[in-house]
Amino acid sequence: MKGEKLLHKLTDKFDINFGDIPKRDNDDFREAVVASLKNKSRIGAFFGHLLANNNVDIIAILIPENKNHIEIIRTEICNSYHAITHDIPSAHLFEREIAEQWGIFPEAHPWLKPIRFHKSYRDSHNFFYDPDKTEILPSFTDFFRVEGEEIHEVAVGPVHAGIIEPGHFRFQCYGENVFHLEISLGYQHRGIEKALAGGPDKRSMHLIETAAGDTTIGHTTTYCKIIESLSNINISPKADAVRCIALELERLANHTGDLGALAADVGFLPTASYCGRLRGDLLNLTAYICGNRFGRGIVRPGGVAFDIDELTALNLSNRLLTIFKDLKNAINLMLDTASVMARFEETGKLSKNMAETLGLVGVAARACGIDTDIRKQFPTKIQTKFPFNNPPVCKTGDVYARAYQRWFEIQESMEFISKLLKEQFDGKLIEENWELQPNRLALSLVEGWRGQICHVAITDNNGKFACYKIVDPSFHNWTGLAIALRNQQISDFPLCNKSFNLSYCGHDL
Amino acid sequence: MSVQIFKLFSIFFPLILSPLLFGVINKTKAFFAGRKGMSVLQPYYDIFKLIQKENIYSQTTSSIFKISPVIGLICVYMALFIMPFAGIPAIFSFKGDFILLAYLFGLSRFFTVVAALDTGSSFEGMGASREVTFSAITESVFFLSLIALILITKEYSLSGISPYSSEKHFSIILPVMLLVSVAIFLISLAENSRIPVDDPNTHLELTMIHEVMILDYSSADLAVIQYLSSIKMWIFFSIIANILLPHTFYVSLTNIFYFFIIIFSLAVLTGIIESSIARLRMLKVPQFIIGAACLSLIAVILAFK
Repeated sequence: MKGEKLLHKLTDKFDINFGDIPKRDNDDFREAVVASLKNKSRIGAFFGHLLANNNVDIIAILIPENKNHIEIIRTEICNSYHAITHDIPSAHLFEREIAEQWGIFPEAHPWLKPIRFHKSYRDSHNFFYDPDKTEILPSFTDFFRVEGEEIHEVAVGPVHAGIIEPGHFRFQCYGENVFHLEISLGYQHRGIEKALAGGPDKRSMHLIETAAGDTTIGHTTTYCKIIESLSNINISPKADAVRCIALELERLANHTGDLGALAADVGFLPTASYCGRLRGDLLNLTAYICGNRFGRGIVRPGGVAFDIDELTALNLSNRLLTIFKDLKNAINLMLDTASVMARFEETGKLSKNMAETLGLVGVAARACGIDTDIRKQFPTKIQTKFPFNNPPVCKTGDVYARAYQRWFEIQESMEFISKLLKEQFDGKLIEENWELQPNRLALSLVEGWRGQICHVAITDNNGKFACYKIVDPSFHNWTGLAIALRNQQISDFPLCNKSFNLSYCGHDL
Repeated sequence: MSVQIFKLFSIFFPLILSPLLFGVINKTKAFFAGRKGMSVLQPYYDIFKLIQKENIYSQTTSSIFKISPVIGLICVYMALFIMPFAGIPAIFSFKGDFILLAYLFGLSRFFTVVAALDTGSSFEGMGASREVTFSAITESVFFLSLIALILITKEYSLSGISPYSSEKHFSIILPVMLLVSVAIFLISLAENSRIPVDDPNTHLELTMIHEVMILDYSSADLAVIQYLSSIKMWIFFSIIANILLPHTFYVSLTNIFYFFIIIFSLAVLTGIIESSIARLRMLKVPQFIIGAACLSLIAVILAFK
């Protein structure tokens, strides 16, 4: 196929001289990207990078399914290009992001709206807003409307009744049935990517740690892998093992919290309160290693800042064992209760086909039967030695599948951690001297607890970040939630929302 | 003469003790969740705390919003006057007083719904529509249950329809009594917004029924609403207690003792139900209430025999 030849394949190390990325004209770029995405690959990142001549390079990073390479391609655009969303619906938010950040018009984009509500990053190119406008408020935009006498619109948020992040949800309802849901975020936009440009400096690490607070270890690991590949260091097996354990502990804590929250949403109290406590216990294990419940400070460029010595490992395994015993009881109690299953099954259903079309990642995708997992596709050395090779267990794509997939992954991670804790790994904890190579692009992928985290960095002549791009799994999955709600009861929205449990700040950055 | 004074019990005890029901429910739920739980007196502290707070009204609301809690409270107060207490007849009793009871609740609900609509919030509108839909069915179940009792006792007032005064055979009285008690207990779960119909603890505005209608209330108004809903629960439980206990028409300490036992056991039972099953999907709620209707229908058929 012609399209395939236009792309550049990255195999072992995911970094490349920026100049070596094939630069195609707009039509070839479009053809290659569409062909690859139609041929079972998914978007890793799809973003703009400002060039010296004030034009923008659009860089597409595509991850073919079940292969061990990544495809990369770029094209230079000044004002507009033909949108790929029509052919590839999963690109829809990415193209909106490009339009908003760089003032580029994706022609024939079916639903072109701002997503984070900020001014364009490029001088004299503003697509959505008048550059003189002083204040841009989130969600001040048109929404999809269903017309009809018995249709009513329900607007929820950004202020919610619970302690959750801000987001605005517009439901078009017919009685209790939802015809359409549109999600408008952007309230948490802090400009992390822009603040990272010019780095790495002292603040970079902290910006990454708070990109999505509940995925601290996932994002910091991804960031550190970028630094390491840009400065050509290999981390020791010891550091790799600590990172893997921390990553799985984060997954355990969050999956446990989610299962508890699902139980709370259907009013099933025993599991809700047990999981709430156990999530705290699991977070405390991370705190036991590094002193912070959310794993801040543990992963550092070049390795890790905290060791798991023999005594710590022994204590960790014992505490994990106790937690797992309680957790097993709490989850089995929930999964064996008919009234809970009546709520979970057939609620918020997504077909595998739809999930592929929307480009879902992580737990949500695996619950639809899509076998996507970075830990399997691009494992680290430790993950190769102790592989995650189980296929997804559910195919139904409903709330039950997302709950059960989480429980399945909890068991998998428990096993993985206890295996790792029994072993001793050697090597230096951290390599503190590193310097980034200039004019290179590096990308890294990590399977965070929500799904695939992708970071891309491009360095300038001085070895500083010219551009840093973060793609949180939530960015792929929010549309999935909106589609899952179609023809559901509006009263089931909180349950569906919790079963995806997406990050608002990871999306807004 | 003494009975006349003791009739005041039917007002005095609910006014003092009804918030304790919520305390007992919460304690039971805490026990099943493996928690220590809040004090059984917490509902009293909450009411006391709320009364001290400043009242805040949404600018879109009118006077209807302000008077609604008071009208609700008056309605349940008035209902207490026609409720018998542990076999002691009510202060007022007349033929068909149960219809007054149903429509006192109806009036209170009407004002809650109108006040919810008054806020102009789309959630409260949804809550109001759910409340009205479900209560239209529960009301008929309530009447159906009382019809069964009327058929076996040939009495037409709440103070008289004790199954024990029936002349029918025991084999008919007992099943009617039990079926009606269960049916009324089930609709009391719906009427008092408990699991499996509604979840009083949820903070998710899209899934709530009763709680969503009172989202805009604060301070003393909210205290009044919490207080009146506890009295409402007391009334429902005491209907069941009055069905299960013989009407003595005099003051019997054993009877009063059993009366309290039944009411607080029902609170514990509510807590157990809330701890052991999940909430129903909203679509299934009418089926749940119709299940209760079937029980009372069987009771009516039996009573005809």
